Amino acid sequence: MAGFPAFSAVAAAAVPSATNLLAEVRDLAMPELILSVFACLALLVAAGFGREHQRLAGFASLVGLGLAAVSVISIWIAQGSALPRIGLGGMYVVDELSLVFKGMALAAAALTIALSMRFLDEEHAERGEYYALVLFATIGMMLVPSGADLLSLFIALELMSLSVYVLVGFLRGNRRSNEAAIKYFMLGAFSSGLLLYGMSLVYGVAGSTRLVDLSAALPEALAGEGDATLLVGVGVALLVAGVAFKIAAAPFHVWAPDAYEGAPTPVAAFMSVGVKAASFALLVRIFVDGLGTIRVSVDDGWPGWEVALGVLAAVAMTWGNLAALTQKNAKRLLAYSAVAHSGYALLGIVAGNRMGYTGLVLYLVVYVAMNLGAFGVLIALRRGTIDGDGIADFRGLAAKAPGMAALMTIFMLGLGGIPPTAGFVGKFYLFAALVEDGDKWLVALAALALVNTAISAYYYLLFVKEMYSDAGEEPVPALATSPGLVVAVVVSGVLTLAIGLYPQPVIAVSSAAAERLKVAPDTKPAATRAEERTRQSGREGPN
Amino acid sequence: MTERALADINWLSIVVWLPIAAALAVMAIPAAQTRAIKMVANAAMIVSFVTTLPLALAYDRSLGGIQFIEDATWIPSIGARYALGVDGISIALIVLTALLGAVACCSAYNAVSKREKEFYVFLLLMQATTIGVFASMDLFLFYVFWEVSLVPMYFLIAIWGGERRLYAAIKFFLFTLVGSVIMLLSILKLYAITIDPATIANLSSVQAAAKTLCGSNAAMQSLVDGAVASMRAGDGTFGLPALHAIGGARLVTGAALIPLTVQIWLFAGFFAGFAFKVPMFPFHTWLPDAHVEAPTAGSVILAGVLLKLGGYGFARISLPVLPDASRNSDVLTVVVTLAIVGIIYGALCSLYHVATLGDMKKLVAYSSVSHMGMVVLGLFALNPNGISGATLQMVNHGISTSGLFLIVGILYERRHTRIISEYGGLSAVTPGLAFVFLIIVLSSIGLPLLNGFIGEFLILRGAFEANPWWAAAGVLGIVLGAAYTLWLYQRLMFGKVEREVNQALPDLSRREWGYMLPLVVLAFWIGIYPKPVLDLFERPAQMLAYQVWHQPGVEDRYAATPEAQEKLARERAARSAAVVPAIDPATFGPEQPVEAAPSGTSRPLSPQPDAATPAEPKPTPGPAPGGNRP
Repeated sequence: MAGFPAFSAVAAAAVPSATNLLAEVRDLAMPELILSVFACLALLVAAGFGREHQRLAGFASLVGLGLAAVSVISIWIAQGSALPRIGLGGMYVVDELSLVFKGMALAAAALTIALSMRFLDEEHAERGEYYALVLFATIGMMLVPSGADLLSLFIALELMSLSVYVLVGFLRGNRRSNEAAIKYFMLGAFSSGLLLYGMSLVYGVAGSTRLVDLSAALPEALAGEGDATLLVGVGVALLVAGVAFKIAAAPFHVWAPDAYEGAPTPVAAFMSVGVKAASFALLVRIFVDGLGTIRVSVDDGWPGWEVALGVLAAVAMTWGNLAALTQKNAKRLLAYSAVAHSGYALLGIVAGNRMGYTGLVLYLVVYVAMNLGAFGVLIALRRGTIDGDGIADFRGLAAKAPGMAALMTIFMLGLGGIPPTAGFVGKFYLFAALVEDGDKWLVALAALALVNTAISAYYYLLFVKEMYSDAGEEPVPALATSPGLVVAVVVSGVLTLAIGLYPQPVIAVSSAAAERLKVAPDTKPAATRAEERTRQSGREGPN
Repeated sequence: MTERALADINWLSIVVWLPIAAALAVMAIPAAQTRAIKMVANAAMIVSFVTTLPLALAYDRSLGGIQFIEDATWIPSIGARYALGVDGISIALIVLTALLGAVACCSAYNAVSKREKEFYVFLLLMQATTIGVFASMDLFLFYVFWEVSLVPMYFLIAIWGGERRLYAAIKFFLFTLVGSVIMLLSILKLYAITIDPATIANLSSVQAAAKTLCGSNAAMQSLVDGAVASMRAGDGTFGLPALHAIGGARLVTGAALIPLTVQIWLFAGFFAGFAFKVPMFPFHTWLPDAHVEAPTAGSVILAGVLLKLGGYGFARISLPVLPDASRNSDVLTVVVTLAIVGIIYGALCSLYHVATLGDMKKLVAYSSVSHMGMVVLGLFALNPNGISGATLQMVNHGISTSGLFLIVGILYERRHTRIISEYGGLSAVTPGLAFVFLIIVLSSIGLPLLNGFIGEFLILRGAFEANPWWAAAGVLGIVLGAAYTLWLYQRLMFGKVEREVNQALPDLSRREWGYMLPLVVLAFWIGIYPKPVLDLFERPAQMLAYQVWHQPGVEDRYAATPEAQEKLARERAARSAAVVPAIDPATFGPEQPVEAAPSGTSRPLSPQPDAATPAEPKPTPGPAPGGNRP
């Protein structure tokens, strides 16, 4: 909150001169700049080297990601006290929230590349463009959380989405991959259209695409004339639908199972964490920053977006978990589980208090580790002629690869929210935020979420059950592991456990990231507040 | 070693983490060296048991309260701390856990013949997590241990269980998980209360209540002070003693800090968690499946230790944190009715299984439902006798039911069947087994001179003080229990040996004697001279009853029904003519509102039994008077 006056002051400043612009890019967008250079480098490698050297592009990308991560951290350290900084004509903001999301995108991309190398070999699809596309998508994911304007948000989102559409269809010879890419593209483009339409309606009323101006102008515009309410109401509905597509929240999730199943597994992993985190950043920017003033109600008769997101969360969790129960394919199952997890994460925004926002960031961070780890194990199962994406393919894994089975168990417990894994801490924060608010509907939502947690434990345990049941007699080829994959999976596993056992550092970072988000107004009925005042006055009792 | 000296070297942490260290050590041994693995695991279990003994020996019985306290920062953002501490109730259960861990480990020596390494790792993890639950003084830590304990048990059943092990393991996991997540909702709400400005504004009432709870226990007081500071800073707390104080806190108006309706909701959430674990009727359906499929060692831990988590949860959380809900007559009616139905239903099911010559394990599993119903009945009698008896009965049930499962396991190892009709007349073939079995059976049915008698007697006495009908139902359960247990013994041991294979059944081996004898000795010891054990939780039990009843507006502390209350009031009126309650205004800090601790006693449980101390009214002068102790 404290940052907002400064935010508007800078945003209102005149368009900067060319030198200032360069200085701003250097100060604020260095990580993205570095990645762009390396993405082009990867493309050059892809074009200039033979088939056997394509992996060089992957290594170059890893170096780029590392340098970008250093740059993100140095921005945090060097400019920490000056944040948030607005630049590039008010289109671009760097604050703790955006830095944490950038870090997530970088981690997701690095782990994805580590998981991809052997997989691409197995699929005979070792081509350098893959890594370039991953980097371009990552740049998009890093730009989204920095968007301070509907336009920059949308452009960043499309940069990410377009790269990922191509990645989903990267296995050109594979029909399922093609089908997934088409479906994902069609529905993705459709949802982008919804989003854009929603943006234009809101813009039409507020007269600005700047998020700060939006939040200031909307109440005035709504107070003015009657038409504005309808426009904003429809606009908000379209925005909710568009974002719900992106985060795959039921009932807007229909593309997810097909896209996950058909996409190359590392890409599915990347989508499930990277795209999802960036889409949540989009959601936070648009709704909390831009439309924060119409959270509870647009106008008389029109409920605000909080209710819509609350319903969306409830439907997503329940639908995702129930649908996951019936799946036989591990990738489809994880897709439905991702739908459910979108629902959980939405709870943080619905709660709308410090704890909720912290929980949202925390949950997305730990979800990166848990879900990428789970996909990593799945990727190792894809070898030779075995697709390895059925749940039955996990049978007897504990006997063949005890380490992998143990790690997979940790990931499954994490996704199921069982302590002492990071998943528990994340869920704890989200659910505690709902209960803390005290509103009985939010407590009911927390109860529903907890019931969902118990339901989800069933299908996560299915993997564990298969892995620890006795293997069949016939010999099976060894897992397709590689040093990169092992490192990625072990790092994810260690993080899942370590964050679960000692979450404080990650909580501190998450709460710093959530620090500036606008909290929901206190909606407790006046009677409750009066009662609290009476209780508080008890302190001045006769003593 | 004194309690303070042990607390200074973090003894409790050693007790909790030693099995985990041992598990890591076992992991480091190559899987092929099964002998080395077994040796290390067994040695670790015995060492672990030995480390728990100083707790029981050094617990300062006259000081009471939570001791061996350790307190370290863990997650400051939510006020969760790594806080350990035990009172007599937890110590009894920790020692039991460690003993049964060693027994189970030893019993598996030959029974487990695949993936030995993982088996012992999970057994050791199981031990650490259950001890962790009993030793936690922070609700967050408690919940973490509580949930983690599901995982090793899941694997123990799922890998080394019987035919339908995967089904039983998932059922076990999901049922108890459902209970746990409902409980989590209550934990979240409790946490929300600790960061609620309304609570923080009334911290002085919490501190007053804490002072009453802690008495002269300085370590406990400083634990509460830390929690209060965390609440004042807005971070909230999960500290259990602080939550007890919040539960007991009274506003200047005399109302409870946590209103009764909220308490009842919270109680319902915790009840779900504990009732699934105990398990109480109708939440018990996972238990027979889990027991039937679990390996013997798993059954021993499941029956002996895991079920105790539920009973312990009631005693540690439900009663003291939510006293108003706990003594609410509607709540009591529901809980006690379920307990009584469980007692009788469990007994009838056991009777059915022995009558139809069914699976012995199923019989013992249902008998657990019945016995644990008794434990809940004792706890919710809400008086010192009932609570002491329930705690002792938890220990007794750990001894006798684990013994029964071990015997079933011994028979199964020999004949690979658990069907009662496959046996008969064994007393002639295996006299040693028959002897041990007899002791265990008699202990289970509560024969005098054996441990079960003391526990059941105290529970019935407590229940009678609360409501004679409850005691009547308990007696019915005991009679049915004697019927099916003795019938089982008769069917297995007496009569003619009808099966040819049974003629050559070997008697107990030395190893089997080795792990059965401690149980037999303990059964006799507790039965003949229970004082050392009872002393351990005499004061905690009194404290608990005090916490539930000792509040303004509640005149009668240890009676739950109008009739019993009337009787109590008459006796008290007669007594108060002779003795003036010891009100000592000097013990109040000037900042405390008088209403917060209206009894006027800062140390309700003074070291010397003092008839004038309101916490120990004459009608119930502590559990187990001399008459109970032969």
